Amino acid sequence: MMRRFSRPISASARREERIFYLFILPWLIGLVVFSAGPVFGMLGLSFTDWRISLDDLQFIGLDNYAKLFDDPIFWTSVGNTLYIVVGRVVFGVSFALLLAVLLNQKVPGIAFFRAVYYLPTVTAGVAVALVWIWIFNPRLGILNYSLKQIGIQGPPWIFSKTWVKPSLILMSMFSVGPIMIILLAGLQGVPKELYESAEIDGAGLWAKFRNVTLPMLSPVLFFVIIISVVSSFQNFTEIRVMTEGGPGESSNVLIWYLWENAFIFLQLGIAAAVAWIMFVVLMVLTGAQFWVGRRWVYYEADTG
Amino acid sequence: MTARKRKESVSWRKSIHGRRAIGYILTFALLVPLGVAFVLPFIVMVSTALKPLNQVFAFPPRLIPETVQWENFADGWYGYGYVNFTTCTWNSLKITINNIIGNVVSCTLAAYAFARLKARGKNFFFAIVLATMLLPNEALVVPQYVLFNRFGWLDTHLPLMVPPWFGWPFFIFLLRQFFLTIPEELVDAAKIDGAGHARILLQIFIPLSKPALATLAIFAFIGNWNNFFGPLLYLRTPDVQTLPVCLVQYQGAYGNTEWHLMMAVATIAVIPVLLIFVFGQRYFVEGIATSGVKG
Repeated sequence: MMRRFSRPISASARREERIFYLFILPWLIGLVVFSAGPVFGMLGLSFTDWRISLDDLQFIGLDNYAKLFDDPIFWTSVGNTLYIVVGRVVFGVSFALLLAVLLNQKVPGIAFFRAVYYLPTVTAGVAVALVWIWIFNPRLGILNYSLKQIGIQGPPWIFSKTWVKPSLILMSMFSVGPIMIILLAGLQGVPKELYESAEIDGAGLWAKFRNVTLPMLSPVLFFVIIISVVSSFQNFTEIRVMTEGGPGESSNVLIWYLWENAFIFLQLGIAAAVAWIMFVVLMVLTGAQFWVGRRWVYYEADTG
Repeated sequence: MTARKRKESVSWRKSIHGRRAIGYILTFALLVPLGVAFVLPFIVMVSTALKPLNQVFAFPPRLIPETVQWENFADGWYGYGYVNFTTCTWNSLKITINNIIGNVVSCTLAAYAFARLKARGKNFFFAIVLATMLLPNEALVVPQYVLFNRFGWLDTHLPLMVPPWFGWPFFIFLLRQFFLTIPEELVDAAKIDGAGHARILLQIFIPLSKPALATLAIFAFIGNWNNFFGPLLYLRTPDVQTLPVCLVQYQGAYGNTEWHLMMAVATIAVIPVLLIFVFGQRYFVEGIATSGVKG
């Protein structure tokens, strides 16, 4: 009986398999040609003295990495990147959490506010970066003018070595839209019963937030932190339009360092080394995300 | 049952005793000023775009211009021969539309395969989708540049317009999540009627997935319209530039003096994104929530 049926089933299974591979073929080709190929090519090129042409490449081993680690500007850009990453995680994520908690309140017109809060995220780009140069203008900008109204002498923002990174972090807090929405969805997924039983135990607002919301939200928070770290590596537009890595090297972040080396100084071998380091960092972050995610899913299944 | 009811009525009574009113006031006391802060950059942009130059540098800054100068939009757009905004906008539009279609087609196919087809190696390939989902293109840009140089594609739109036809992990994931929610019975019924996978995809999945596809299209529109890194990297001659690059060239040429005109062209560049956002807002929010929570 089994034997007689096994053949046609496996034939249709094989047909399904063929369709599967046919359907994922475009993505698979893209993966090989535009992602995996370049990644491994990049690894190879980072061991060569590649400058402009690909002909006549010399294998120089780890020289690019040695040069990179000897370059004080590289370490400055690593430091600047970390500064911005920490700032975006600490201020950006807590701000997004505050917004999500606000948007989770049952008050009329909440959908309108959600749209308004999301708006700067979709328009983030060259046009809005140009507006921010104007907002940050130390003498004529709206920001320092507003501060003056409440008696504060505003700093020179992006035009000062000390303030340029805080300025960029402040600006990035306007485009926390996706993080905010993910946190909001996370908040809405917290079972109501938990709040009810906390209330019976006499928990106040803060106690409920501290003991129910935060622990239940922790996996989503982790995901959101990873996203904001990854997006901190992508802040090319602001840097190119607003600061070009300056003043001095004070806003020279890794992506700018990579850009300058690759397409301005034409040190492509060094740029490939930087890109490879960035790639490894990003992959480790993604791995961490799934490792934590899996543990969380397990936990849910165990208790629920 | 009765215990639960009592519990609900207790919390209900508590909230009616002024608690809710205070909560409302507190919430709005935060919601409204934050909302104002979020729209402020736009107000600054539009109001600067409408001012005559001598008012731009006036102090104190005024959000509502004393005199409105509509000509700024035309002057910014056509004012200088060096930057041709009409060409740039046309290029941006062409690339964006092509990329939306490419992404929708390639990602729908892959998402259907990952959601509904059985095959050996499927889990392995899906793990790769997940692993590459968070990888920003910026990390791959150096070798991709070499590749496109080899293809002879530099200074053409091909490096921007071809890759979208080969899928995008985030979109594949998003659509797959949506496809998984489509009831199995519908597929079975169609199979009994003799429908193949192509027909199931076209006649069941695509019509039922309009919200998810709209989400994807909106994401793709905004991402491509705002894309700056790619065009800056691959394009050289003025004829092929896109809008964000045009804006930066304008900034480089006249930015420190003609602020009113620059804000006028910036406003025009933002309008399509704003329109898409206003009309597609619902899909947008749902799409992001899906990616975060079910992930």
